[in-house]
Amino acid sequence: MPTIAEQAPARASLLYDPKVRAIAYQVVLTVVVVGLIYTAASNAVANLRAARIASGFGFLNTTSGFDINQTLIPYSAAGSTYGEAFIVGLLNTLVVAVIGIFFATILGFTVGIARLSKNWMISKLAMVYVEVIRNLPLLLQLLFWYVAVLAALPGPRQAVNVGDMFFLSNRGLLLPAPILHTGARLIPAAFVIGIVATIVFARWARRQQEATGRQYPVGLTAVGLILGLPILVWLLIGLFVGNPITFDVPRLQGFNFRGGMQVFPEFVALLVGLTTYTAGFIAEVVRAGILAVSKGQTEAASALGLRPGHILRLVVIPQAMRVIIPPLTSQYLNLTKNSSLAVAIGYPDLVQIFMGTVLNQTGQAVEVVAITMAVYLTISLLTSAVMNVYNRRMAIVER
Amino acid sequence: MNAATETLRFVRAQEVDAAPPPNLVRGPLAWIRENLFSGPVNTILTLIALYLIYILFPPIIRFLFIDAVWTGSNRDACRPDTAGHAVGACWAYIWSKLNYFIYGSYPAAERWRVNLFFLLLAVGVAWMLWLDAPKRAWGAVYFFAVFPILAFVLLTGSDWLRLSHVPTSLWGGILVTIVVSTVGIVFALPLGIVLALGRRSKLPIIRIFSVIFIEFVRGVPLITVLFMANTMLPLFLPEGVTVDRLLRPLVGVAIFASAYMAEVVRGGLQAIPKGQYEGAMSLGLNYWQMNVFIVLPQALKIVIPGIVNTFIGLFKDTTLVAIVGIFDLIRTIEASRVDPNWSAPTINATGYAFAAMFYFVFCWGMSRYSIAVERRLAAGQHR
Repeated sequence: MPTIAEQAPARASLLYDPKVRAIAYQVVLTVVVVGLIYTAASNAVANLRAARIASGFGFLNTTSGFDINQTLIPYSAAGSTYGEAFIVGLLNTLVVAVIGIFFATILGFTVGIARLSKNWMISKLAMVYVEVIRNLPLLLQLLFWYVAVLAALPGPRQAVNVGDMFFLSNRGLLLPAPILHTGARLIPAAFVIGIVATIVFARWARRQQEATGRQYPVGLTAVGLILGLPILVWLLIGLFVGNPITFDVPRLQGFNFRGGMQVFPEFVALLVGLTTYTAGFIAEVVRAGILAVSKGQTEAASALGLRPGHILRLVVIPQAMRVIIPPLTSQYLNLTKNSSLAVAIGYPDLVQIFMGTVLNQTGQAVEVVAITMAVYLTISLLTSAVMNVYNRRMAIVER
Repeated sequence: MNAATETLRFVRAQEVDAAPPPNLVRGPLAWIRENLFSGPVNTILTLIALYLIYILFPPIIRFLFIDAVWTGSNRDACRPDTAGHAVGACWAYIWSKLNYFIYGSYPAAERWRVNLFFLLLAVGVAWMLWLDAPKRAWGAVYFFAVFPILAFVLLTGSDWLRLSHVPTSLWGGILVTIVVSTVGIVFALPLGIVLALGRRSKLPIIRIFSVIFIEFVRGVPLITVLFMANTMLPLFLPEGVTVDRLLRPLVGVAIFASAYMAEVVRGGLQAIPKGQYEGAMSLGLNYWQMNVFIVLPQALKIVIPGIVNTFIGLFKDTTLVAIVGIFDLIRTIEASRVDPNWSAPTINATGYAFAAMFYFVFCWGMSRYSIAVERRLAAGQHR
């Protein structure tokens, strides 16, 4: 009877060899996926030919022939192409996303901190806000703002009038429009110089503090540089050249407004809806982030003699931000993606213009859907790439 | 030296008076002072909160209850000029349209089938969600295999059972909302598990396909997926094959939800310690046995809250099918609020209030459930 050692090493049958199996599984999956894609593509080609629909991206250069009410670049139905319509839609999406992110962050942080307030009433109010907002579909909230609130506002003649400058009616919001004269460009330039100078000063002040222990009023200097410098430039130009910026104030003429800058009700509804909805989620992210900083950190900081403001700024917030930033970015992405619900209330964003009107007019579903998805994918992937870099830099370095 | 220490010595000769008792450390008044008026900042915050409550809540309560119209058969009951008083929510309108909101245009004589479908669904959901329910494995079989077939036969009809055929174009309202979200969860969970396993697979091609699918779907808005399903699905199929109008968004929703579900399940898989895998392998279990008997039961249990939260998101997202022309609850409200028979100033707000209550009850209930499960699963962690 041979012992185990004397037996020839068991040659498993090829069927049971893990390496062979692994390769076989992957080959089968590849064949299935490629086969599916091939069948779908060839069916699509046959169907498109049968329906006499052109293919390729040539349609981007054809005249669009439809109007868009909110355009950030010059656009007209007769003279502009589908490609330009695409740019208009993309810009409208980005505008609502950026402004929405700005306000949602402010509102979200306010509500999130309010939920942690020691004041019972404030924290309960914040809780009610978060629960109501998070448990209702965004589409319903958008329709509510658009149909039940904005469309129910009075007409232009009975518009809500704030100081004869701002008018809120069912035509949207009317603001004074700035008109730029000579030298007006120096003001934003001064603003940028102010920001750069603040950064330089803050770094210098930090180095000084690390070297000598002396502290400089960085916050006050920042306010002075960033706000004061443009105002100073404005005043100087106003004194010597003439007011660089005048405002065209909207006036009621007949049944509608003349002049001014009109913000369309669709934009207002979408912005308010997206802001309040996302703020509910950001509030929860902020609350979780602050709660994640253990109490021992605050106690240790106060044992070292730091003042409450410093504890918050130097100990709690940097650690909370590490927890907050990743889910916060995904909320920003959600807001950007959710702006596609604009199609429900007729705000001309990318989806409404491109997947709606352009798709209906050209019938080139494959190209249109591919371009639209590529835009959102690019935004998502770029953001997550930046986030990965950030996470690697912020991650706790362990021994 | 000695003299100096002598002079510093102090011995109390007589007792000091007892300090006065701190006034009000318990009782409602003390609570109010402690929590609402403990300092100037706190007092200002309380006043702000009181002001917010004052401007927000009385109008809402007046709209929903005090000024609401509860009975009536047409718009006259809900118009201030004909009713003769301020009018809030027009519940009479909801009441008269209730069947439309629940069943859409489903034939009245066949609506018992929808009710039976709701009942079967409730049984399945209760069986799955009640963690101490008997024979939960059979519950899963019922919910993911038996129930979908039963529901399909019941709702569309079959000649064999002498149930008349009801085309999906007649379905609508809450029925469609429930159907879309049920299909979403029934398909998304198994697909999501497969995708999550694929993403953690050691085989590079399987992993790459899973990652591409998951990241692609998570990177685009649901509405573009729905548009894609609506316009491109018919293109991808051979000529002459038509896809049901309701089936297209269902495919889109199932694809979309499965990518999100995959990430939730992956979180659970990552939380299972390596020893569990090694133990299973040392017992001689193969890949599927290891996952089905050892890893997944533990992983799925810890991600129940995540699954429920994803489902809440899915349930809210089903409203988007309204944009591609499916008559879900939102679309039926949109269609009925322009009915001239019920044209009154508050009809829009009433319709949205009704939808809001429907969604809030379901989503809030599910989120409470998810919190309760989380607490129960964490019970073993507390010492």
